[in-house]
Amino acid sequence: MSANAGPASSGFAMPRPGPGSAGANGATGPGDPEDTGTATPEPLSADDTVELGEEQQAQRLSRMLDEFDGEFVGLAPVKARVREIAALLLIDRLRQRYGLTSSRPSLHMCFTGSPGTGKTTVAMHMGEMLRELGYLRKGQLVSVTRDDLVGQYVGHTAPKTKEVLKRAMGGVLLIDEAYYLYRPENERDYGQEAIEILLQFMEAHREDLVVILAGYADRMDVFFRSNPGMASRVAHHIDFPDFTLDELMQIAGLMLDREQYQLSGPAREAFMEYVGLRMTQPRFANARSIRNAIDRMRLRQARRLVAAGGTIGRSSLMEISEADVRASRVFGDPPAPGDAPPPDADSHQ
Amino acid sequence: MRITQGTFSYLPDLSDDEVAAQIQYAIDQGWSIAVEFTDDPHPRNFLWDMWGLPMFDIADAAAGLHEVRACRDAYPERYIRVNAYDASLGRQTTALSFIVNRPSREPGFRLDRQEGSDRQIRYSLQAYAAQRPAGERYGRNETPNGAGHPGPASG
Amino acid sequence: MTGTPDSPPSDRWNAGVLPYAQMGYYEPDYVPKPTDVLVAFRISPQPGVPPEEAGAAVAGESSTATWTVVWTDRLTAHEHYQAKCYRVDPVPGREGEYIAYIAYDIDLFEEGSIANLTSSIIGNVFGFKALKALRLEDMRIPLAYVKTFQGPPHGIVMEREYLNKYGRPLLGATTKPKLGLSARNYGRVVYEALRGGLDFTKDDENINSQPFMRWRDRYLFTMEAVNRAAEQTGEIKGHYLNVTAATMEDMYERAEFAKELGSVIVMADLTVGYTALQSMSRWARRNGVILHLHRAGHGTYTRQKNHGVSFRVIAKWCRLIGVDHIHAGTVVGKLEGDPSMVRGYYDTLRLGTVPLNLGQGIYFEQEWGSMPGTMPVASGGIHAGQMHQLLGYLGEDVVLQFGGGTIGHPMGVAAGATANRVAVEAMIKARNEGRDFRAEGDTILAEAAKGCQPLQTALDTWGDITFNYESTDTPDVVATPTA
Repeated sequence: MSANAGPASSGFAMPRPGPGSAGANGATGPGDPEDTGTATPEPLSADDTVELGEEQQAQRLSRMLDEFDGEFVGLAPVKARVREIAALLLIDRLRQRYGLTSSRPSLHMCFTGSPGTGKTTVAMHMGEMLRELGYLRKGQLVSVTRDDLVGQYVGHTAPKTKEVLKRAMGGVLLIDEAYYLYRPENERDYGQEAIEILLQFMEAHREDLVVILAGYADRMDVFFRSNPGMASRVAHHIDFPDFTLDELMQIAGLMLDREQYQLSGPAREAFMEYVGLRMTQPRFANARSIRNAIDRMRLRQARRLVAAGGTIGRSSLMEISEADVRASRVFGDPPAPGDAPPPDADSHQ
Repeated sequence: MRITQGTFSYLPDLSDDEVAAQIQYAIDQGWSIAVEFTDDPHPRNFLWDMWGLPMFDIADAAAGLHEVRACRDAYPERYIRVNAYDASLGRQTTALSFIVNRPSREPGFRLDRQEGSDRQIRYSLQAYAAQRPAGERYGRNETPNGAGHPGPASG
Repeated sequence: MTGTPDSPPSDRWNAGVLPYAQMGYYEPDYVPKPTDVLVAFRISPQPGVPPEEAGAAVAGESSTATWTVVWTDRLTAHEHYQAKCYRVDPVPGREGEYIAYIAYDIDLFEEGSIANLTSSIIGNVFGFKALKALRLEDMRIPLAYVKTFQGPPHGIVMEREYLNKYGRPLLGATTKPKLGLSARNYGRVVYEALRGGLDFTKDDENINSQPFMRWRDRYLFTMEAVNRAAEQTGEIKGHYLNVTAATMEDMYERAEFAKELGSVIVMADLTVGYTALQSMSRWARRNGVILHLHRAGHGTYTRQKNHGVSFRVIAKWCRLIGVDHIHAGTVVGKLEGDPSMVRGYYDTLRLGTVPLNLGQGIYFEQEWGSMPGTMPVASGGIHAGQMHQLLGYLGEDVVLQFGGGTIGHPMGVAAGATANRVAVEAMIKARNEGRDFRAEGDTILAEAAKGCQPLQTALDTWGDITFNYESTDTPDVVATPTA
């Protein structure tokens, strides 16, 4: 029937419209204002050399990486791995221009780490970066968990999984807590079917899609050991370490700045104590826990101000006092009147 | 013969890349993509079988092409087309429709004439293929390779 | 007449002649109501006639006035019925010419009647001595009035669904020679053109029922050709059978016969008149047949910039009457058509809301509600080599008709049709792929021609033909690009 009846490759190159033309395909990926086209770069002959620093792609890339570095607190190993991957892809592109064989490197990844360590945000940036480098056509992020992939009855799973995969084509599919797909104890579990389909797509659509699995390191390990097919397809493992106390304080600082709140001196010390304590308690979700704590402090501040009554000024509205911090149960104090009863969930501490 | 329904029928059959380019154009216009197939090529037959539901949320043509290929694998000897649908006010109809697969032999149509009074003739078109029952009209291999005729809930 | 003791007579009612402007026909403070019919006239007053008075005179003579004061006006709520000229603008660069804006209350008009609308607005005033020239430039029909008209019997969306053809312009051709063929040979031309790749063929406007070929015979041979072509291609084909005749009864007879023979489409000429067309439009909807309108004769009054009726108004009236196709200009062909003006006509026919755009000659925003669009038809001296220009100027929802460009092809009529079909499909495909088809059109055609000898021959035969004459009807204003 058609000319390319062969397996898999749909790596078509679309001619991008030049400046000033009325092409219908000027689609750019999420938010990049200067898509001057990562269309097929000119080939190089054997004697040509390239100044890496001046390579336009390298420039844009290093700007993106710098922004990436600047935006995230901590995450040193992550940043290092991201730069490595970027370098690999850049070199691969150059090799292509020289006409050297370069089979497309596998880009499927695994992000391990506790919740709130930035996995989803980095996945989003990864999509944009891969689009910049020309490895993904759109770079959008589709983020799912097991329930989005697995059905409730026979025949339900396959179309559900395929729907998700089709939406993600051209971009990144992030599967959070992917190990929940594998439930060997329940033979009627349909997760295995979803895994099969994922494996097929990861292989057949390597040029169209990047899959990122995310979750706790130990459970991912177990998952990979029981699913060697999956393990063999994931080329890059990146671990997201928990934040240190200093890093968490930095994150808190950024969040407070954004919300235009300030901690008083004593409040700041109290908060540092708070974080130190909270980190050791169960179900600590790193940046997310910080966010929740800030929200609760705002609540207490509001309550305090309204209860006090009287006149109020701009600076009072912005300041969070030590009392607002110390009221937390994390310090082991009796609950202040009106505080919510004990807790299990992070949100009540 | 060669049925010339669809937008690009007078051009050489589209390659997969060309099909993908058209699908991407449709996606960029905000249109949904659907794949349909049939073995009844009569020009008044607009009810081709649906290969799954229309795809509303895809960002990339590879997803549409995936379904085209799946349909070709299941029904290599039927007509398959891609429809792009524009749901915007004032239109709400098909915006683009083109054939992406044909049976290897297309026997064509017979024009039946029923003579009436006064030199008037009543015409009707019969597809030669349609003389056989559905499923046995084109080619030998008519048993689909997949799980049978896909309905909306299967793939 | 004297007044009552309580209200003394005003000067308004003394017998004799009063300037129109003082009789209430010029009201610069009037705010047009959303239900008013608004009209823009291009007026060229005689020397010595002030423009406001001329505008008022037009308003008066197209509504309630006559040349002298009449007491019987006082038997009506005359202020309600009189038209009001609310604005007069001089035309830049054209001495002595003005655009007068006039508002008419919706009560002046009969619902759903173009005959009445036109008799009202243009029935009387165009011969007025105080004006050297007068042109009806544009008309805003309030939505309330639009809703009283049937509109196109099918419309663009329905036509495409009916024919099952999407995503590209439709293609047609008028059988040539215009006159003289007998029915059987006429059928041959139709067959060749349709089997070669065109969607439609067409009777010419003057083919009605002449001694050399009577209508019934033409219809019979043509339908054989149409059906044979459908058999050859598996597509739905059509030939516009011209039902124009001397009387309405004859028109119905012809249309009924066409329907019985299974034709998907019939045509009529503008010369049958608005009333006949409205009747045909109702018939077409009731009988499920597409109605094509040839704008025969319009050039007598649409072409000159200073006098007559602009074609955009005719287009509006025809969309209201209800036709599915109307000839609306080609820009690059042999007949008159400035690109901006033609764009104005096409927008008027196709869009749901047409925004104000003086550069395209649109003087009022026009709201069509949900009335379907009428498919514009581009016909007259165009050929495959211009496909990129045609697509660029005219868009996708259009019927492109290549009469000479099909039938005059050196390799035969079918080859001519194939050349046009391959050209349009290749151009659409290239546009969708993101290529700059306006700039690369020649390249795209040349590439397509490599696989299609008929197209190559067509390009070789007509490649350089263009019709470059100064247009007689150009816009008053041209949009200047902002830095």
